[in-house]
Amino acid sequence: MPAKVRVQTTINGEQIEFLCEPRQSLLECLRDVLGLTGTKEGCNDGNCGACTVMLDDRVVTSCLVLGVEAEGAQITTIEGIAKGSELHPLQRSFLENAALQCGICTPGFIVAAKALLDHEPNPTEDQIRLWLANNLCRCTGYDKIVHAVQQAAAYSREVRA
Amino acid sequence: MSTQQYTVVGTRPIRHDGVDKVTGRAQYGADFQMAGLLYGYVLRSPHAHARIKRIDTSKAEKFPGVKAIITAADFPPTAERLVDLGEGDTPLSYARGNVLAGGKALYRGHAIAAVAANSVHVAEEAANLIEVDYEVLPAVLTAPEAMQDGASILHEELKTKEFGEQTGRVSNVSEHFRHTMGDIAAGFAEADVVIEREFNTATVHQGYVEPQNATALWNSDGRILVWCSTQGAFVVRDVTACLLDVPVSHVRVTPMEIGGGFGGKIPVYIEPVAALLSKKTGKPVKIVMSRKDVFEGTGPTPGSHMKVKIGARKDGRITAAQAYLAYEAGAYPGAMVGPGAMCVFAAYDIPNVVIDGFDVVVNKPSTAAYRAPGATNAAFATETVVDEIAEKLGIDPLDLRLKNAAKEGTRRADGPKYRRVGCIEVLEAMKNHPHYNAPLGGPNRGRGVAIGFWFNIGLPSSCNISVTADGTVNLVEGSTDIGGTRTSIAMQAAEVLGIPAEDVRPTVVDTDSIGFTAVTGGSRTTFATGWAAYEAAQDVVRQMKERAAKLWETDAAPVTLERGVFRAGEKSMTFQELAAKIEQTGGPVVGRGAVNPKGAGGSFSGNIVDVEVDPETGKVSILRFTAFQDVGKAIHPSYVEGQMQGGSAQGIGWALNEEYYMSRDGAMMNSSLLDYRMPTALDLPMIDTHIVEVPNPGHPFGVRGVGEANIVPPPGAIANAIHRAAGVRMRRLPMNPPAIMEAIWRQRD
Repeated sequence: MPAKVRVQTTINGEQIEFLCEPRQSLLECLRDVLGLTGTKEGCNDGNCGACTVMLDDRVVTSCLVLGVEAEGAQITTIEGIAKGSELHPLQRSFLENAALQCGICTPGFIVAAKALLDHEPNPTEDQIRLWLANNLCRCTGYDKIVHAVQQAAAYSREVRA
Repeated sequence: MSTQQYTVVGTRPIRHDGVDKVTGRAQYGADFQMAGLLYGYVLRSPHAHARIKRIDTSKAEKFPGVKAIITAADFPPTAERLVDLGEGDTPLSYARGNVLAGGKALYRGHAIAAVAANSVHVAEEAANLIEVDYEVLPAVLTAPEAMQDGASILHEELKTKEFGEQTGRVSNVSEHFRHTMGDIAAGFAEADVVIEREFNTATVHQGYVEPQNATALWNSDGRILVWCSTQGAFVVRDVTACLLDVPVSHVRVTPMEIGGGFGGKIPVYIEPVAALLSKKTGKPVKIVMSRKDVFEGTGPTPGSHMKVKIGARKDGRITAAQAYLAYEAGAYPGAMVGPGAMCVFAAYDIPNVVIDGFDVVVNKPSTAAYRAPGATNAAFATETVVDEIAEKLGIDPLDLRLKNAAKEGTRRADGPKYRRVGCIEVLEAMKNHPHYNAPLGGPNRGRGVAIGFWFNIGLPSSCNISVTADGTVNLVEGSTDIGGTRTSIAMQAAEVLGIPAEDVRPTVVDTDSIGFTAVTGGSRTTFATGWAAYEAAQDVVRQMKERAAKLWETDAAPVTLERGVFRAGEKSMTFQELAAKIEQTGGPVVGRGAVNPKGAGGSFSGNIVDVEVDPETGKVSILRFTAFQDVGKAIHPSYVEGQMQGGSAQGIGWALNEEYYMSRDGAMMNSSLLDYRMPTALDLPMIDTHIVEVPNPGHPFGVRGVGEANIVPPPGAIANAIHRAAGVRMRRLPMNPPAIMEAIWRQRD
């Protein structure tokens, strides 16, 4: 059994220290070591986007990042999107637009969509579809997800106005 | 059309489980944890067809961290009998053989052995140390190949059943059945135009984003506790009990949140394996499939070889139709060709029909249901032939369909006669929709239409409702919630009780805690479990009226309930006020609903689709897509639209890209989500929906069920659009760029 490595990182604003095997992915560390099971595994090879998290300022599929690469990083997972008990505009708009059915892909979509809105507060439909193209949803046909992101962008504009 | 006025039904409340699902708190099967958990890994066959001569686990057992290893030999010996797998019976030996292979591996990915260890990585490393001696046998991969004389035989004991009779003939054809109606020869003789075409469709996967998972604990008291993502907790209970030879009451299944299923999470794969590993170790064991395991080791839906022949008079009236449907069952019989045959001509009123169905085993994974299973393949064939007839006769394709549309009183060749159905209403909605006459706006573009049918099912469901002193109610039910059914069920109770949907708190519970409830499948959940909720709510209303009568010292009979207010003469009290008094009027109020409804109403659907075909590359782009469906009554219209959009997207993927790409020796070459290409957000336009409501006379609110019929028309509609855009008739799925280019080049030659 390989020796474990100590990793110091920041997850959802909290400084965290954990032990992991060098071969463990960040996804595995989040889920199995830290109990942050909101990040989902759909394929474990970077193709479905269910495990999407923010690593510093990048959108990453956490199954393709090693746990040890979290050293010194700032990570945001679905558990860190709401402000306490106040839902993020994207979370509200996903509920109001029925933009989820089974919900397994939802955490990844919300993290990816938040990255888009942080980068581009007024995205076009094409931009939304491009930014979300790495996230597979098999239930909705994406229609209501795209609408939810458009509405969340409008919410955020209202807040800024 | 639906005219009844409701307070809750037809509104769009936020789903009850929504917050947990947008914050990551919802617990899916793979999220389940408990103290002392071990992890399982399943070793799978690298060969599509091979005799297993020897399995040597000795090296693997010595690997540090390994706690137990099992093979098929660890199953208890049980006598052969039939097992209900949730959507039909199968011999126990087949159900068991698919969970862990016995004498032969019948497909690449077939489970051979399983290891439990203290980490999943250790279990995987150890599994690779298991030595299996295989005698590799020739593989048969398609129905026509498997049906040839001299084909390699999968099951030496499988004899063909023909027209309900045992023939005694050993072959890969498990069954050949025939439906007939009228006089087929006379029907074709009467026709002015007859078109017969041959079709092939590839094996496709449901593609749910969450892989199968299960945790099992074989407890010291003999009870087996299972936590898993399944479409049917009671199916898992019953099959697990059957394969492990324990009474059903010894198994408790807790359905966790489920990340998609579409029919693919009805079969049982790893629950009995985890249970056997738990029995050997005395600890809970969790198994989560990899994506490759999902593609290679779970049931996709059948590929098919079909011939459809249709004859019509000059005026467009169809006089006869004949179908030959050979579906690939995969490794074990049960190819969904039965429902395919029920649906192939189900949208039309045709006097003379013959349908031949062949259930054919091949060396591919044992197939499972996939959203209207069998119907999409068949409708692709029928709808493209109908389109050719319309073209040949110079009749508008919707007019031709309207002229022949199934209606109340139409008899299908497999027997049933329709009650009130909405086929004509769907076609009229399509004809009147602005999309149908909108300009296409460019070259290489075409518009296609098609319709589809799925019969929907009833089956048993149970529901209990307890009244809380604050005027809300707790509703417990046994239907896994895949797409918002907690809410569509709760809304039906709320409508009866006259309280807001938010005041009903629905919970999906384990198999110890509710009466038998059949699978979340067959578009039955909002229909049947919703009906159970309706009955439970009626039971609550009866009891609450008695309480009001007691308080008011009057007979129960004259008390009424309207919009949440109980009244008797001058006296009135809201549901909330009366709920606060249940303690003093006799104690808890608990309503029960248990149903086994027979009134499932078939659902018709239709698509108008615009495509652009790139003549240089063969790439098809979907420019505009409108989905129509008769849903009976939309309880929660947003989630009804969602079903229509989701089914359309899956149908588009099936039409254009998805397939099991097999090597000659039976290896799936594209078992990843990169290479098995499902539509992304970038591949699709907005999917417009048009809900048609022709109430089902067999349901209290007119519900028909909405989950499945929507996947049926897309391949046919897209093929018809491609024909108008590029001039080629496509007769195989998927219609991917190589297939389109081949068709274009063949036409140029």
